[in-house]
Amino acid sequence: MIEVDDIHKSFGDAHILKGITTTFETGKTNLIIGQSGSGKTVFLKCLLGLFSPTEGKICYDGKQYAELSSSEQRDLRQEMGMVFQGSALFDGLTVEGNVMFPLEMFTNQSKSEMKDRVDAVLKRVNLVDAHHKFPSEISGGMQKRVAIARAIVMNPQYLFCDEPNSGLDPRTAIVIDNLIKEITEEYEITTVINTHDMNSVMQIGEKILFLKDGLKEWEGTKNEIFKTDNEAVTDFVYSSELFKKVRQMYIEERN
Amino acid sequence: MKYLFDIGGYAIMVREVFKKPTKWRIMKNLILKEIDELIFGSLGILIFISFFIGAVVSIQTAMNLTSDLIPKNLIGFATRQSIILEFAPTFCSVIMAGKVGSFITSSIGTMRVTEQIDALEVMGVNALNYLVFPKIIAMLLYPFIIAVSMYIGIFGGWFAGVFGGFITSADFVEGVTMDFIPFHITYSFIKTFVFAFLLATIPSYHGFYMKGGALEVGKASTTSFVWTSVVIIITNYILTQLLLT
Repeated sequence: MIEVDDIHKSFGDAHILKGITTTFETGKTNLIIGQSGSGKTVFLKCLLGLFSPTEGKICYDGKQYAELSSSEQRDLRQEMGMVFQGSALFDGLTVEGNVMFPLEMFTNQSKSEMKDRVDAVLKRVNLVDAHHKFPSEISGGMQKRVAIARAIVMNPQYLFCDEPNSGLDPRTAIVIDNLIKEITEEYEITTVINTHDMNSVMQIGEKILFLKDGLKEWEGTKNEIFKTDNEAVTDFVYSSELFKKVRQMYIEERN
Repeated sequence: MKYLFDIGGYAIMVREVFKKPTKWRIMKNLILKEIDELIFGSLGILIFISFFIGAVVSIQTAMNLTSDLIPKNLIGFATRQSIILEFAPTFCSVIMAGKVGSFITSSIGTMRVTEQIDALEVMGVNALNYLVFPKIIAMLLYPFIIAVSMYIGIFGGWFAGVFGGFITSADFVEGVTMDFIPFHITYSFIKTFVFAFLLATIPSYHGFYMKGGALEVGKASTTSFVWTSVVIIITNYILTQLLLT
């Protein structure tokens, strides 16, 4: 579980996060949504420890990040997996090398043990024939799978994803969303996903946090988001014609 | 103010490079890869340039010896001195600031833009140690290519002098060995070690802390070349003042 208490973050005079308090539960896919510039990425980077909050605290299963020693912070980071928006795979390493990287860095496993673990996670993300290919030789969807495999290879407690299905076709996006949800439940981890894709909200959103101008505007489940009267949320959710129609049908059905 | 900020940032970066080392079994491969790219990859261009610069120094010295009172072996002497004292360590380092420096800045800058550095940091890896330390160690072999450059430069001078009909081979060799001061080689290699460190770290700083996208990677490479060259030239002056006077 990740507990966030009154987080503020400023860059010079720009006050990006203006006091966010929330909880991300274990075994659930927690989604952060909001328009571009709402502070989603800064918030996620604060959760990852890449940015230090100006005020407030973040606790990971009771451990407050800012109060840990640097070696404890490093240990905690090894319990975090991250799927970046652009996958962030290492260009010079093969698919196998990318997934094996955290194992080589932080474990004393033998080469064969590491290879077995890499095979297992690549199989888990449905990638079996790409071990020796380089990131530039595989598709965007496959790169995302490799990024997910690299993020889970160390059995993390926390999984963070920054727009995991951006740039993917709708069908592949659903596959990636479902994969993240399955892994979250299977490994009992706390997953936080940063997205502005309403399809992901519909597909996997168990808890949704809506940010606007650096503040928590709304929080709830995917069923609640379609019933809320919060104007900012409805403007965002029903910005597409498809969702407008869905809402109309829902209201008609209810009446 | 920005210059002070950059100097401070550079000093902090250098300190961080030596903290929390990466596992040796990974670092070993990174160092070998960097030696291949930075050292052996630069050998060809430096041999080519050294040969022709040596030849030009030899010809120009010969063309300026208008008095019969000045011995011909001065051509060999002047070629040796200019190659060993300045051309090989300093001029080659400025060339390397363009070749190796821009490569380092663009490769690290691209990793920054594509979030690969963020990925390393999220994993708990000391990204500066992982990326910059192998380059510093690889550049410890930089004096090796400078030694090759010295040899080829003097050979180029001999080739142009003898085959251009300006001097006999015996006179050139006599000039090369005349009044030889071994400390000049020491001085030259001390400079080379310092330049090697600058060549590995200044471009890394510009790549690691760059912000923006692909266009900014290009701009960072240019800035890195300018600053590496400027620092090398200033350091050259300071070291020459300290070591030769």
